[in-house]
Amino acid sequence: MATQDLARVAPVRSLDPAVTRAEIEEFLIHEAALLDEWKLDEWLALVAEDGRYLIPSLDTPDSDHRTALFLISDDRRNVASRVKQLLGRTSWAETPHSRTRRLVTNVRILEQAEDWVKVTANFAVWRFQHEATDCYVGRYIHVLVRGPSSGLMFRERRAVLDLETLRPHGKLSFIL
Amino acid sequence: MEKIELKEFIIDDRGNGIFRINRQAFTDPEILDVERREIFDRTWLYAAHVSEVAKPGAFVTRRVGGRPVIVTCDASGKPHVFLNSCPHRGNLVCLEKSGSARALTCFYHAWSFDLSGKLLGVPDAEAYTPAFKREEMGLKSVPRMENYRGMIFISYDAGIESLESYLGNAREYLDYMIDFGGDEVEIVQGAQAYSMKANWKLLVENSMDGYHALSTHHRYFHQYLPDIGMDPAAWAGANRTMGRGVSLGGGHAMVESPQRPTPLTSSAKVELDAIRARLVEKHGPDRAHRIADYTRNLFIFPNLILISLWHTVRTFYPLRPDYMEVDAWALFPKNDSQQLRQKRMDNFLSFLGPGGFATPDDVSGLEGCQRGFATMRELPWSDISRGMGREEPSSQDELQMRAFWRRWDALMHGRRGPSDCADRPERRLAAE
Repeated sequence: MATQDLARVAPVRSLDPAVTRAEIEEFLIHEAALLDEWKLDEWLALVAEDGRYLIPSLDTPDSDHRTALFLISDDRRNVASRVKQLLGRTSWAETPHSRTRRLVTNVRILEQAEDWVKVTANFAVWRFQHEATDCYVGRYIHVLVRGPSSGLMFRERRAVLDLETLRPHGKLSFIL
Repeated sequence: MEKIELKEFIIDDRGNGIFRINRQAFTDPEILDVERREIFDRTWLYAAHVSEVAKPGAFVTRRVGGRPVIVTCDASGKPHVFLNSCPHRGNLVCLEKSGSARALTCFYHAWSFDLSGKLLGVPDAEAYTPAFKREEMGLKSVPRMENYRGMIFISYDAGIESLESYLGNAREYLDYMIDFGGDEVEIVQGAQAYSMKANWKLLVENSMDGYHALSTHHRYFHQYLPDIGMDPAAWAGANRTMGRGVSLGGGHAMVESPQRPTPLTSSAKVELDAIRARLVEKHGPDRAHRIADYTRNLFIFPNLILISLWHTVRTFYPLRPDYMEVDAWALFPKNDSQQLRQKRMDNFLSFLGPGGFATPDDVSGLEGCQRGFATMRELPWSDISRGMGREEPSSQDELQMRAFWRRWDALMHGRRGPSDCADRPERRLAAE
């Protein structure tokens, strides 16, 4: 999302107190643990009401979800449904649930505005299912805001994969 | 040419209405060798859409039918498809996935070619004898290339019939897949390149299988649609069997149902009504009705699927009996508003692709079949007999898959003339 678009969205509240890298790292480490433990309801609470979960197509990693086809372009309603589906009993691609383990590192603040902060981090997510091992490598580019209880939340949660194709991974059925 | 014994791979008992596939057809590396030789090397294969190389100098590279190819648009605007291998010593000439260039240069010895394939530069060319003809050393075109309304198909069989004749009855439905927006179509930026650890023929079956939808995609119909305020009754209710499965001849096949509500039909009702009105103006009410009021999964033999609910183009190719590469794109109207484009993409992604709410479950299902085939000796047959006794099989039946398999079986046995693909033969063929 371009900076000018972010400015147009009404703030949840101002980024007060100012955000530090340490706080962002805490937040991302906490988030990774929730996902690895499949505590998806708790994870969903970290997505702001105007939040989006995005994964660009692998041949166009820098594209805009409004003009290019992504692999995932969920608004808050779709993220909520995704979580409900994954916790339900008929998401066959995640039955049984994959085991995942995430390493989130190299956290940097890219841009800080009055009410949002844009951060990046590297990730490597190992996924184990049906005796196959897949590794998803890339970087996050997130736009974070402060939620009602002053904790950080995602306004935009973007996972940009370095993979050239999803081969042999085949699917992005868990939350990356 | 040596032929492996294939007779027992299909049971096609039209009298009793039983159709079975021997699971070895999904697992045997020798079968795959024959498939490459008798099917993929002798049919028309979808390669690209002209919109991907719209401007002079544009190129894309990909694998089609197992070969690396370069699709280009030359300086005069004409599309070409070349084998991506240097005529000199074999290196890939173009290593980029896509781009724009005046010339393509093989880095190995710096031979360069223009986008019509002509050899431009050979360093130290004076070392060659007069018998070395530069004009013979350009990029090698694929044996055949034809463009049907922007869809570029290639064949590695120089003697194959024309593309139009090959498409046969499928042409009419391919036209609907192109005409639906009342406008020219283009491939949307952003490709879905993924894979399945499954035999490619499982994806042929799955891509036009109405029967699996409610169980495999339960979460889409019973969780996602209600979550966005839609009633799944049109999908899950009694009306679901209203569609039909059709053999189009030549192994091409289709399932077709009256148009159904999707996230798009609710989010873009006004725009879609306006497009329908334009279609009536342009094509008349009957044709507009056939274009706009049905949903279709159209299969073009051997490995191309177009699905109208999301307007996807999907092709796939086996690297091993138990592994295929899949490439899928969105084919949308060029001049849709940005809002409608986004609604179409959201609709597409809610169901399709590695991150959609449906495709991953198909991947899992097909991979599960493949793993299950390890029991092949004890459980040798898969059944696709549904609807064989019916006058008009429905979209929940399996005629469309039998149509594929009958053509597959004919080609695997080297019978390249017309095949009898329907349950009730349209014509009896002397050759069969």
